[in-house]
Amino acid sequence: MGVFENKLPANIITTTLDSVINWGRKSSLWPFTFGLACCAIEMICAAAPRYDIARFGSEVFRPTPRQSDLMIVAGTVTLKMAEATLRLYHQMPEPRYVIAMGSCAIAGGVFDTYSVLQGVDKIIPVDVYVPGCPPRPEALLFGLIQLQKKIEQKRNLVREPIVVNT
Amino acid sequence: MLLSGLSRYIPVLVFMVLAGVIGFSMLYLGILWRPKRPYKEKLSPYECGIEPFGDARERVVPRYYVYAMLFLAFDVEALFLFPWAIVFDKLGVFALVEMVLFIFILLIGLIYAWAKGALDWRY
Repeated sequence: MGVFENKLPANIITTTLDSVINWGRKSSLWPFTFGLACCAIEMICAAAPRYDIARFGSEVFRPTPRQSDLMIVAGTVTLKMAEATLRLYHQMPEPRYVIAMGSCAIAGGVFDTYSVLQGVDKIIPVDVYVPGCPPRPEALLFGLIQLQKKIEQKRNLVREPIVVNT
Repeated sequence: MLLSGLSRYIPVLVFMVLAGVIGFSMLYLGILWRPKRPYKEKLSPYECGIEPFGDARERVVPRYYVYAMLFLAFDVEALFLFPWAIVFDKLGVFALVEMVLFIFILLIGLIYAWAKGALDWRY
């Protein structure tokens, strides 16, 4: 755990710092180059000038999990690939996020067969699901914006609120 | 105010301190809030998602070493040839003879290596 991670009381300084940290994180989500099937073509399209994922600070596709924050699982996850997917997810440094892109990554898609993992959320936690077969680049960008909104609400320095079960 | 002597370098000092502070804080300020949860899988070496196997210190054929040494010798020879070629017409006959001698000495080395079989790539 970080030194001050979720340890400080909520006041104007800590909450402002939190929003600054979140602003930094959401504005430079570096995706992990992880194209598994045809959805990858749409992902590449999203990175190309016409759709330009750089507008959201995510143009830096990294070929190594060590430098990336966001794993866009773009395509069919076969059982053989699932092992590598899991290992690569574990090798990403925290905070790490996952977007399941396309029907196959969400729930296996049309490949209801012996060799395909029926949804990547069976092995790794997914933050945002982008449906489509394949989703258009705009859909991926929408998913990215949804993830950014999710990151905005995270608490970093401030304590998590105590939830009392009644 | 006219700066004189060592005090002229105060801006340099200020610059160095600022650069140091900014660089240090960029690298290490994150310790305060970044999550740090190391575990075995996260720390495992990255090999494209495959289970890492074998030793990183691979055995290398020693022939590469001989080739590297020979390459180095002729690389440096070429390096000496370039400045000589640029001022060739100013140096005259003396430099030409010197250069031929230099190449000749290296040529003896090459013939020696050749005769020893260093240029054969056989297993």
